[in-house]
This record gives sequence, C-alpha cells and structure tokens, in this order.
Amino acid sequence: MKFRALILSNLFRKKVRLLLTLGSFAVALFLFAFLAVVRDAFNRGGSLAAANRLVTINRVSIIQPIPLSYRDQIARIPGVQRVTHDNWFGGVYQDEKNFFPQFAIDPENQRQVFSELLVADDQWNAFLKDRQGAIVGASTAKRFGWKIGDRIPIKTTYWGGGAWEFIIEGIYHGRTPQDDETQFWFQWDYFEEHAPESQKGLAGWYTVKLDSPDDATRVAKVIDDEFANSPYETKTETESAFAASWVKQFGNIEFLILVIGSVVFFTLLLVTGNTMAISVRERTGELAILKAIGFKDGSVLLFVLAEALAIALGGGILGLGLAMLAIPVLGASLSGMLPSLILSKSILAAGLGFALLVGATSGLLPGIGAMRLRVVDAFRRI
Amino acid sequence: MASVNINGNSSALIQVRGLNKTYRRGGEQIQVLQGLNLDVDKGDFVGFMGPSGSGKTTLLNLLGGLDVPSSGTVSVAGDEITHMSSGKLTEWRARHVGFVFQMYNLVPVLTAYQNVELPLLLTRLSRSARREHVETALAIVGLQDRAHHFPRQLSGGQEQRVAIARAIVSDPTFLLCDEPTGDLDRKSADEIMALIEELVSKHSKTVLMVTHDPVVSARAHMVLHLEKGVLVEASKSRQNAMAGGGA
Repeated sequence: MKFRALILSNLFRKKVRLLLTLGSFAVALFLFAFLAVVRDAFNRGGSLAAANRLVTINRVSIIQPIPLSYRDQIARIPGVQRVTHDNWFGGVYQDEKNFFPQFAIDPENQRQVFSELLVADDQWNAFLKDRQGAIVGASTAKRFGWKIGDRIPIKTTYWGGGAWEFIIEGIYHGRTPQDDETQFWFQWDYFEEHAPESQKGLAGWYTVKLDSPDDATRVAKVIDDEFANSPYETKTETESAFAASWVKQFGNIEFLILVIGSVVFFTLLLVTGNTMAISVRERTGELAILKAIGFKDGSVLLFVLAEALAIALGGGILGLGLAMLAIPVLGASLSGMLPSLILSKSILAAGLGFALLVGATSGLLPGIGAMRLRVVDAFRRI
Repeated sequence: MASVNINGNSSALIQVRGLNKTYRRGGEQIQVLQGLNLDVDKGDFVGFMGPSGSGKTTLLNLLGGLDVPSSGTVSVAGDEITHMSSGKLTEWRARHVGFVFQMYNLVPVLTAYQNVELPLLLTRLSRSARREHVETALAIVGLQDRAHHFPRQLSGGQEQRVAIARAIVSDPTFLLCDEPTGDLDRKSADEIMALIEELVSKHSKTVLMVTHDPVVSARAHMVLHLEKGVLVEASKSRQNAMAGGGA
C-alpha cells in the first residue's frame, strides 16, 4: 500500500497514452465478451441438451419428413420412456424481421419430454382445450408484448402459405436462465388440419426420452436399424450431438471465434507491450535512481507489472462493463436469429482473467528489462 | 582527516585498499582506477577533482556500491562491500548511502514530499514516523513550504535541495555528491554548498563530493585529485588551512 502513490503517479504520468491503452483494452474485452457470448449461445444447445434424450431425423436431411407411424414403433423399443414429435413451421409475425422458432408439437408428450420448460398447469390445460391455442416462451412474449388471450397471426410461406391465427393460452419459462425461451408451440392437430395433403401424416423429427442415458447408443442403433432399407431411413443421435451438428450448419463458429479472439489477443499484447516498453524506457533514469537508493530488482519488476496489471484491470472492467450494457440490447435486436445472448459470470471472470494475462505478459518483458538495468549504465545514458 | 595513504587508521569510516577498475571497450582494456588507497574519517568533507575521464564518477560509484571494482576492497563502517551480492548491496545502499546528483534526478510525477519519502518506503517506519522524518529533512533544506510542489514547479536550486533532503532523510552513513552544483547558477550553487557545509558541521555528515569547480571544491575540508586513475592528495581547503589544519 505504501507504494500506491508511486505506482498511481506513474500510471497517470501520460494521461492520453493511458486513455488510449485503456481504450484498447476496453474494445478488446468488449469484443472478447461478445464473441464468448455468441459462442456460448451457439454451444448452449449442446450443453443444455439432456443426456437422456435422442433426436431422430430423416437420414437424408432434417428438412425431409418421417412418417408419424414411426412414433409407436419407437415407443415400443425397450429403454424408451416417451416419444414426442415436432414440425418446423417457419413463420413470421407481421414482418420478415420478426422471426422466431415455431413448432407444431405433440401436446400429449411435449411437457414430459422437455421437462425443463415449465408451463403452469392451468395454462397447459387451457392450451389442450383450444385447437388454436399456443404456448409461447417468456422471451418472445416479452419481445412482442404478448399476453394470454391475445390472438396472434403468423404468416408462413410453407404449408400452404397465408396467415395462421393462434391464441396465446400460456407462457413457458426455462428452469435456468440459459434455457431457450424463444419458442412458440401450437397444437399438432391444428397443424394437420391446415397442412397440405402431401404433408399430412408426416413429422419433422422425433425427440425420444430414455429411461437411462446409458441406453443412448443402444437405443439409437435399434431405432435406425428398425427403419433401415425403408423409404424413410432415420438418423438418430443424442440431443447434444444433434445440437452440435445444427451449429455446424452455420459454419465453423468455434474456429472463427478462436481466430478472431487470437488476433485480438496478440494485437492487444503488441499494443500494450509496446506501450509498457516505451513507458519504461522513458523512465530509465528514475528507475536507476530507485535502484540507487535501495529499491531491489524485484521491487522494480513489481512496479512495472503492477502498472501493466492496473491498466489491464481498468480497461478490462471498462470493456466488460460496456459489454454488460450493450449485449442485452444487441441480444434483443438479434432475437430470433440467434439464441439468447447471456453474459454469464464465467464469461466475465474469463474476460478479467484474459485481461490480466495480457497485462502481465505485456509488462513482463519491460519489467525484466527494468529489473536488469544496471544503475551505472543508466546514469551514463541520461 | 581523509588520507590517500594507508597509515594504519583502522578507525576510518571508509577504507579503500588497492582499488582497481578496468573497463573493456571493444577489444581494448581501459584502466580507470589504479590501485587506489583512501581513508575517510567520520565527519570528513572530501572533494574529488580531476579532468574528464579521470575516474571521479567511477570512484564515487564504487564507494556507493553502484558498481563493483575489478580488484581491491571498499569497507564502510567495518562492512566490506566489494564482495556483497547485488541484493545485499542494494540493502546496504539503502541504509548507508545518500546520493546527490548533478541533474537532481527527482521523480517528476511525485511531489517534493513524496520524493523525499521514497527511501523511507523501504523501511518499517509507520506513516506518521515517515512524515516526521520527511518534514525534518525538508526543514533542514529550508523547503517545508514547498512540500507539495512537483519538481517542475521548483527552481533548479530548490530541486537540488529536495534531492539533498531525499539523500539525508534516512540518516545515511555518508553522502555521495556527484557535481551537485554542476547545473546551477553561482548563487544557487553557493546556497547548495552552504547547505552541504551545514550538514557536515551541524549534523556531522560525512560527504564525498565530485566537482569540476575549484570554487566549490574549496569548500571541502580536503580536495583530492584524480589523475589518470591515481589519487593525489592536493590540498586542504582554505578554511581548514586558516583553522590551522595541516596537510
């Protein structure tokens, strides 16, 4: 603490340089947080996927349907607890930009298979009684200001086109903040009623809830074997594997984020390393004086490191603070296009760790230089 | 009284024996100091003069533990410093040496008070004890009212006073002054020399000073000349001569 004045005075010696360096850190940390949040959003499907759930799709592609008749066959396989089926609706509300995921669901099994998505019993019962009823995720309801009882037209270019009208009967909430609250569910019967003849009796995919996650590999194989050599061969995988292959459709997000993150890291390292090196070089005489009057080599190194870490910490907090303010706004504007963007405590902690790592690394070389500085050589130079 | 001869004065505060310093520049060996012997008693005020490159600053650096000799020994108050490790030497400097430089070498972002306090940050003194020491040192150099000024807000003479306060604040065994008036006008130089004299006479400080200026060196009790790395006892100062001091 007694060295605080010395460290702080040196820190504020060149205010413009300090501001620019803090700004570099802040921008980099903001970018880090944003990339981490996007990566987290894409990977969340995998991390939230239940270990005891399988997804069965048409072997050709998820956009190819599979017969509804498969449901009972799958349900009979030992180890299968429940089966539910869904269909992608692909509509928009009022405007093309108001996109969010809508599914025609199997109301008998949806709640039991996706037990982490919670709907109040009275709302669910009202939904079951209403063919036009819909259950909407809390995030989407908030986004459009929907409440129970509202009549909602959803336009679609598939399934015969036109606007389909739904009545909001309930709002579901995720058990955890990471759970997806953007979905819109409606009755399978209503869908079948309005779908073209060619699409009747077909489901988009099945979600299979198992008695035990240990059965996943065996049951997946049994399902696919069951429908092998049929006109609708299936591909069954765990929900996390399904989520991962879904994300891959967007390209190698992980790699892209890693590359951008690495470029940011090294650029920041060069900028701050250069700043610290210049800052130390400017102070050669002062560092020599400190050593002459009895400050040890280690103390001088610590002073330089403390400055670098203080800049890193300040810039990091600034950048992450901006991210905390901006990411909810960005998330709201991207709602429906991306899963919800959540700046978690672990991302904030990783961001601060990242900032401190860059700070320590950038201060290390100039600090070692200052530590090794020979007083007589320094005096000869000044 | 300081002496360049070994006269068996084992009570001398600073004892230098057979001090050599050689530098290598390119492929050439340059002998800066050649077998120097020197005894300095407590309370002495010794001036070192000599042409540029004669080894004055090198000698001061060796006496202050900032550099190590090629051979020979330097002992201060019974501690032989020439074989101390770098870390030990740093600790020793903090306890025993006060440095005053030609360019003052104050930390520009610290106030006069904070500059003077720097050596005390290495001690276990409490904040209030440090304040007391700093205020005393600033009072000795007559700058109590400039304690919270930054170096850029002070004149050259005032900056050097702050540097002297920093040098004496931890009550070191001796002071090393390298051209303390070299960057000052005559009036300021006289004031600084009066202050150094006061430190010697009133506060019993031992001072070793390098200077080019004969007027300044005349204020020392004894002036030693360095010529081609060899120390020559040149004169006692006029004051001492008047006071009856013999060579």
